[in-house]
Amino acid sequence: MKKNYGQIYTAPLLIWITVFFVVPIAIILMFSFLKKDVHGGVELKFSIAAYKALFNPYIIKVAFSTIFISIMATLIIVFLALPTAYYMARSKFKDFLMLLIIIPFWTNFLIRIYAWIAILGNNGILNNILLKLGLTDHNIQFLYNQWTVIIVMAYTYLPFAILPLFSTIEKFDFSLLEAARDLGATKTKAILKILLPNVMPGITTAVLFTFIPVIGNYAVPQLVGGSDSIMIGNIITHEIMKTRNWPLASSISLVLTVLSTIGVMLFMYMTRSKTDNLRKVREDAV
Amino acid sequence: MRKHNPKAFKRNTVSLYFFIVTMVIFYLPLIILIVLSFNATKGISWDGFSLRWYNELFFKSSKLWTAFGNTMLIALLAATISTVIGTLGGIGLYWFKFRMKKYIEIASYLPLILPEIIIGISLLIFFSGIKFKLGLITILIAHITFCLPYVLFIVMARLAEFDYSIIEAAHDLGARERDTLLKIIIPVALPGVASGFLMAFTLSLDDFLITFFVSGKGSSTLPLEIYNMIRFGVSPVVNALSVILIVGSLALGLLSKKFYKYMFS
Repeated sequence: MKKNYGQIYTAPLLIWITVFFVVPIAIILMFSFLKKDVHGGVELKFSIAAYKALFNPYIIKVAFSTIFISIMATLIIVFLALPTAYYMARSKFKDFLMLLIIIPFWTNFLIRIYAWIAILGNNGILNNILLKLGLTDHNIQFLYNQWTVIIVMAYTYLPFAILPLFSTIEKFDFSLLEAARDLGATKTKAILKILLPNVMPGITTAVLFTFIPVIGNYAVPQLVGGSDSIMIGNIITHEIMKTRNWPLASSISLVLTVLSTIGVMLFMYMTRSKTDNLRKVREDAV
Repeated sequence: MRKHNPKAFKRNTVSLYFFIVTMVIFYLPLIILIVLSFNATKGISWDGFSLRWYNELFFKSSKLWTAFGNTMLIALLAATISTVIGTLGGIGLYWFKFRMKKYIEIASYLPLILPEIIIGISLLIFFSGIKFKLGLITILIAHITFCLPYVLFIVMARLAEFDYSIIEAAHDLGARERDTLLKIIIPVALPGVASGFLMAFTLSLDDFLITFFVSGKGSSTLPLEIYNMIRFGVSPVVNALSVILIVGSLALGLLSKKFYKYMFS
């Protein structure tokens, strides 16, 4: 039996992740139960004021709007990413199409958001065109509402969904689809019943890669949102940088953590049951 | 019996439309930025070709270039350190059983499913608590922290393809652990390690949110500078900068194509 080197190999990882991840998270957990210091920061006194403050109607409203924005953006992303990735996986020019997706993926997301501001802004390209064509006589405000936030979010995180979906669909055995059709299934039915359950792991990754950055977003609502599209990330930042209410920032952060974890687990649970069904059908067949 | 075209699945008309829509959504804004970067005036309407904004970007934007230098330095260091720690950790977690293993796995998996802002805020509060001055060092520490899980999982995906009996054979033939690590494991895991490095490098280059919290006065990175410039509307220098960054992404894209297999599986 050889010596166990596991602890030696993982020692740097253990130390790093403990000091710079676990301890800081433990600290915000602790801070959320402390009293706010008048100078910003905390006093070492137990208090649940930061949790009572969560029941502020404004925070509740923002929480719901955050959930709404995240779900809508994720739905749009999956709706666009699935057929796009399917097309790529079936194409003869896979490598080239892959490159076409990787370029926006690696292009800084702030630059890509900025491009939409140039297009949709009050003095942007779209308004210029509409004015020149005489379709409108005043500049229309396209930006700064909830839907621009949803659309720009979808645009920003779309490549993060296409790439994992592509690598899963690529591994799928497409002759199964033809077999289903030979057995009398319609094309739609074959895709829904055969392809979709088989690429569920890819869909899960795609949803995780998009839902999590959207729900904790700060920059998009800040840049293209209005008063109806403030998200939890904006409130946390405001509490930490401006009002310096650290206990409240900590308690809201924990709410955000819980919300995103529930979202993730709910989704994993839903997709797992689908894949389980598929496995059962297969086992029955054998 | 119903008739159907056996090539029906080969034509993919519907998915082609979706693909085209996606491409237009992706590239139309980028093309507009490229065109605008050569515009002679500040506005949106075309007033003739000019390299004015590039001139301003290259010769009159020293703040941007300092930030660019910081970004590259941090990305290189963060990618290197997280690749070393993550690769060693991946090897340890993949092949050994030991105390605390479950804890390490959960603690390294968690940052992947937590919104970035939580990591940013917890580190900001942590650094303030221990009175550590915010600056390039804190940015570097934060970047290593959020890159580590990605490197770890990319390396482990590569190790999953690895035939463990090779290592046993090496041990049976009398190889020491250090020799197996340097002469067998690292060479075999190299594509995974390189993918991990590249992923960490690009994540660090691009990061805005975590950096936003842990940066201090005078320690700006390129994404922070871009954010400050676009907050106040359209700036032609940003157009020129965008073109440079898009070209950079193209180069990175070509480079990373080989490695994507381990990045997204």
